[in-house]
Amino acid sequence: MNAHLPNGTASHAVDVDAGLDDLPLYVAAEHVYSQRVHGFYRRVKWTLLVLTLGVYYLLPFARWDRGPSEPSQAVMVDLARRRFYFFFIEIWPQEVYYLTGLLIIAAFTLFLMNAVAGRVWCGYLCPQTVWTDLFTFAERLIEGDRRERIAKDQGPWTFQKVREKALKHTVWLLIAWWTGGVWVLYFEDAPTLVRKLATFTAEPVAYLWIGILTFTTYVLAGHMREQVCLYMCPWPRIQAALTDENALNVTYRSDRGEPRMSLKKAEAARQHGAAAGDCVDCGQCVAACPTGVDIREGASLGCIQCGLCIDACDAVMKRIHRPERLIAYDTDVNIKRRRAGEQPIYRLIRARTALYACLIAFVGLTMLYALVTRSDFGVAAIHDRNPLYTRLADGAVHNAYELRVANKKPSDRRFVLTIEGVPAARFEVVGAGAGDEADMLLVGPDQTREVRVLVSVSAPLEGSSTPIVFRVADSQTGKSAWTRDFFDSPPQ
Amino acid sequence: MAESSQPEIDAHTGTQTTGHDWDGIKELNTPLPRWWLWTFYATIVFAFGYVLAYPAVPLITGSTEGFLGWHSRSAVTSDIEDLKKLRAGLMDKLAAADPAKIETTPDLLAAARAAGGAAFAINCSPCHGAGGQGSKGYPNLNADRWIWGGTLADIQQTITHGIRWDADPDTRVSQMPAFGKDEILKPDEIDQVAGFVRLLAGLTPAEGVDTAKGALLFAANCSPCHGADGKGNKEMGAPNLTTKVWLYGSDTKDIVNRIMAGGGGVMPAWGQKLDIATIKALTVFVHSLGGGQ
Repeated sequence: MNAHLPNGTASHAVDVDAGLDDLPLYVAAEHVYSQRVHGFYRRVKWTLLVLTLGVYYLLPFARWDRGPSEPSQAVMVDLARRRFYFFFIEIWPQEVYYLTGLLIIAAFTLFLMNAVAGRVWCGYLCPQTVWTDLFTFAERLIEGDRRERIAKDQGPWTFQKVREKALKHTVWLLIAWWTGGVWVLYFEDAPTLVRKLATFTAEPVAYLWIGILTFTTYVLAGHMREQVCLYMCPWPRIQAALTDENALNVTYRSDRGEPRMSLKKAEAARQHGAAAGDCVDCGQCVAACPTGVDIREGASLGCIQCGLCIDACDAVMKRIHRPERLIAYDTDVNIKRRRAGEQPIYRLIRARTALYACLIAFVGLTMLYALVTRSDFGVAAIHDRNPLYTRLADGAVHNAYELRVANKKPSDRRFVLTIEGVPAARFEVVGAGAGDEADMLLVGPDQTREVRVLVSVSAPLEGSSTPIVFRVADSQTGKSAWTRDFFDSPPQ
Repeated sequence: MAESSQPEIDAHTGTQTTGHDWDGIKELNTPLPRWWLWTFYATIVFAFGYVLAYPAVPLITGSTEGFLGWHSRSAVTSDIEDLKKLRAGLMDKLAAADPAKIETTPDLLAAARAAGGAAFAINCSPCHGAGGQGSKGYPNLNADRWIWGGTLADIQQTITHGIRWDADPDTRVSQMPAFGKDEILKPDEIDQVAGFVRLLAGLTPAEGVDTAKGALLFAANCSPCHGADGKGNKEMGAPNLTTKVWLYGSDTKDIVNRIMAGGGGVMPAWGQKLDIATIKALTVFVHSLGGGQ
């Protein structure tokens, strides 16, 4: 197993003097047959599994009424119309900074979780963990628990084995297909798309993505499992740099467990007053581990800290009437303190937890402020690049601009356009059409209208470039938005 | 190099050796991963299939055909057909609508400006410039001085039939005589006319030029087309000489050169090359640049 972990527990097993030259470069992965456990952390994991998968599988069907011109799906990424809907929020592509903010919050939350309780994300919430759990559950139902699976895999191919394997892979593929199928529902109206998919009238790209995600889910959760955590995921490496001696990590309490020996020997030793650890070396923690780590060798890259070894060990401790939590969420500090005979302490509020919490609050509040004060219309101007200005027959100078007026409300709106900053300037909207009146622009529901605006002055201005402000005001509320550009002029 | 017949296990690493021995140095047998090898074999199989299916083997005057009958030229043709189908709705609407209607209908205007902008970049920008700003001898289409008229109808006519384009019987034709080359006017007379033309446009004539004589010569030679006041005549394609916009430049030298050599620029008749929807899109695009009337 150690050979799995290039930077982790391997150091325990490798003779340091031998040097790197003597290590094999590649060792084939050993299959991990994780054993079923019962206990508190297993229950937490089942609960979270049901919750997260429930959200994933059902969310596309949640409805949210936005009026007739808008989709009524609560959460939807409308790539064709370039909108993202999240319940009462509708994000336009130029507001992608909300996504940036969300990602920053997600990163800091990950850091905070890590500083408080280690790799909670890896062990309980990561999709790789959740789907692997689901796949392993199916595997256990069909092929049996650890021992049976090992025996069957080593045994000859019998009819039963073929039948079970076929059934397992079919079930896996069904789960994977269902997973991929739900993914595409986030990109189109879910009930409509389901109907289209069922009648084979959906866009080919939908089937393609279902295919891709079926494949990745089947391979990642069915076949690669812990390999993803060990070789593909960057988080274990980053996590190793972020953890500290105060973080709660799944820890084997070596102060209590060592020296490990059989139950009988331990009882004998205790009667003689000799040191005897609680660990009976039963190997249940290793058998339960979904990544095949031996937690007793200390924290490692391979350990996703799911707590299943805690449940496994507790079951054994209960049976041999020793105190539970030989393996527990614990900190390095406390191991040392117990050794020194001091009371264990846990400091939740530390410099780093406080810092992460403050940063999360800061980014979160900034985003909230931006969201609450977000304008439901806007204007942007693009000056013609070529030519910058045009001399007209009577000596006047004109500049041309593309003006984009965005209406984020789901109803028609009229905006009054005015310009400021260039004295005695006149402007004209090219092709002001039906519904427009001179300087009044009609913008459809949830749309951006692009108009060409010609601004002219009767003679060249002083200075080659004069700031100009385009202001659009909602004709009903009078609220306005503006944008700044420049008016270019030939020399006087 | 010695070959040993029996594959041996390297004691140090526990890996089989290839059996090759170079003066005591042995090579470990670490074969490629099976998935890699099978992918490699699969690509070989694929290559054979590809050679049979697609044009592949070069021959003296061409290449093998391939049983799928695929051809890069037919692929392009079908792509163009697909594109036409994709655009059919909008382009049909443009073809059917009057340019004035297009310009006042936001959807059609946006379509026309997009299609017109693309067609302009390909067909017009080599002479008129990327933004239609023109250059010496090539009109600036953003400005509002039009030799042949700047209404939508005028612009559509010009684009369709061109200017001095012999292949089109309806092309716009005007001919400025070469007053100097054909010796209609003497060099000093040309200087006088040039001086008067600058005066007409509100510019200072060259020093020592008798503009009064120039005025008389202008009335006799130029006014039939350019008008007595020099304001031109769009019917005849005679430019307005009193504006701030000059096609060939407003320096005395530029004006003298024009009077000497005469003639005028040539614009192709695009009606022979572009479809009606594109012509209308171009018309609206040019009109909306800013100088349209």
